[in-house]
Amino acid sequence: MTLTITDLACRRGQITVLRGVSLSVAAGEALVLRGPNGAGKTTLLRTLAGLTPPIAGTVDPDICAYAAHADGLKGQLTVAENLTFWASIFGTADIAPAVAAFDLAPLLHRRAADLSAGQKRRTSLARLPLTGRKVWLLDEPTVSLDAANVALFGRAVAAHLGTGGSAILATHIDLGLPDVRTLDILQFAARHAAPVTDDPFAEALE
Amino acid sequence: MSFWEYANPRRFMALSAKIQPWVWAAATVLCATGLIWGFFFTPEDFRMGNSVKIIYIHVPSAFIAINAWFMMLVASLIWLIRRHHVSALAARAAAPIGLIMTIVALLTGAIWGKPMWGTYWEWDPRLTSFLILGLFYLGYSALWSAIEEPDAAADLTSILCLVGTVFAVLSRYAAQFWSQGLHQGASLSLDAEENVADVFWQPLVISLAGFVALFLALVLMRTRTEIRRRRLSTLTARDRLA
Amino acid sequence: MIALLARDLRLAIRAGGGFGLGLAFFLILATLVPLGVGPDATLLRPIGPGILWLGALLACLLSLDRIFALDLEDGSLDLLATAPIPLEGVATIKALTHWITTGLPLTVAAPALSLLLFLPTSALPWLVVSLLIGTPALSWLGTFGAALTVGLKRGSLLLSLLVLPLYIPTLVFGAEVVRRGGDGLSVATPLALLAAITLGCVAVLPFATAAALRINLR
Repeated sequence: MTLTITDLACRRGQITVLRGVSLSVAAGEALVLRGPNGAGKTTLLRTLAGLTPPIAGTVDPDICAYAAHADGLKGQLTVAENLTFWASIFGTADIAPAVAAFDLAPLLHRRAADLSAGQKRRTSLARLPLTGRKVWLLDEPTVSLDAANVALFGRAVAAHLGTGGSAILATHIDLGLPDVRTLDILQFAARHAAPVTDDPFAEALE
Repeated sequence: MSFWEYANPRRFMALSAKIQPWVWAAATVLCATGLIWGFFFTPEDFRMGNSVKIIYIHVPSAFIAINAWFMMLVASLIWLIRRHHVSALAARAAAPIGLIMTIVALLTGAIWGKPMWGTYWEWDPRLTSFLILGLFYLGYSALWSAIEEPDAAADLTSILCLVGTVFAVLSRYAAQFWSQGLHQGASLSLDAEENVADVFWQPLVISLAGFVALFLALVLMRTRTEIRRRRLSTLTARDRLA
Repeated sequence: MIALLARDLRLAIRAGGGFGLGLAFFLILATLVPLGVGPDATLLRPIGPGILWLGALLACLLSLDRIFALDLEDGSLDLLATAPIPLEGVATIKALTHWITTGLPLTVAAPALSLLLFLPTSALPWLVVSLLIGTPALSWLGTFGAALTVGLKRGSLLLSLLVLPLYIPTLVFGAEVVRRGGDGLSVATPLALLAAITLGCVAVLPFATAAALRINLR
């Protein structure tokens, strides 16, 4: 298993959103998180990425690359500059494979501010292979991508899985990936679990 | 049974409900004794006349103004190290009291300073450091109320309290340094202990004790309020989620 | 980390105003003060060091809220926090960038502006030296304040309220160096204290800044 999580509890603000989360992804496997809005998909991904400390359980953020809703691009920099920056932060020498995979070559010297929403999204996703990390954590990665680009992105994820990587996605769109499991995270929703008092203010005070 | 048991909000509420009346009683008795004794049953100072009697408010309030910050520092450290919620809320509760005490100390000082030095305000190192201390209290309280999530607010204000302590102390020495740099040898000293005789000293100690008890009573009361407010926010948050 | 420094400097240049804004503010302040208090040299000379240091302080304050807020908005702060470089390093680089874009230009421009305030020529070297040594403390403290308030709406006003009291020791010792230097007195003590504050800030504050960032990101 590339990533195994057992009995994880996640918080959003001061509220325990998920409890008893157990999941695992193997090399070459993709795990799609299902659940309605507000079920805690983003919370889980942020916890796995190491941004939100879990209430219980342990995570391994050092093998994960996180792609959030926000693109994380600097509008004043060109696409090439944005990508080169992240490549050097993560210690990757060459941005060419990522550029090729996401078909960014014609845009390389355009300022990120001048890109369309979909082009920005593609540039942002091209950062993922540059991290060199095994597990991609993808939060609604296909937002503002058209059908052709969704297919392009699907191929990029498939290529990542093909080289022994894994991915955990929160998405409602079928990316056409070969080996996909789905996980309904509603089963971990804290309000269905046994009430455990981790907030001392939840019990009666007087 | 360990002392830390009282870091649990429910136990703290139970205990504080019991001891609160006693602390209030002690504060009332000690303050009344000290102040009445000081105001009406001490002789007039041969140099300063009647105005000297303001020290029975001025010195204790200044004492609390400084020590409230150190209480906040200790409470913040306890929160950062042991994660006891009551400790963080007690630090929050103490800040406005410290601010009020700072203002009282500055105001009584100004009222006293007018007949003594002929001026309400002087950039004396001590006065300056109190003004700066007031600014630190303001910033600390403002940060608390600006952040919505209670745990994050407790964490961030605790960090601010630690850094602020270092810089408040630094500012105090900077003010000393700077004031000497401006006027050679500050001729005004607010050092009460030096020129206070025994007749004045005894009621001063009593009102000092009274102010400490008053501070404790106020902190207890405000901490209880903060705990209730925190419980309210937990309940409403849970309600929203359900 | 060098890549982060290079990126932020490049952004400061391209965004326009990165370098110029604080400097322009400094110039305006040095112009407005004589207009406010009158053109009398005997009046301006003694307050010159204080005004210049105060100007440097306020000019620093202007650009503080941008240090982390822009990165938070576009999501790159999340990405930096998950990157293999320590957040303490990010804090240091952010403070360094802020100093290069505000503290350093102010230091360079200060001698010219000091002429407007009739500062004696004997004070000029000390003005430059004190700003060079003291302004890093302003940037590092400001970065800490920015990290405390990064997620807040209308955080910039709160930021000033938090950061300005922390600036007091630096202001006192910095202006004292210039004043003493101008009077031909020994500047050793305030200069040493100024340097001590800066070194302490550079060494310790990145840890507090990183801790505050982690809390604000979670």
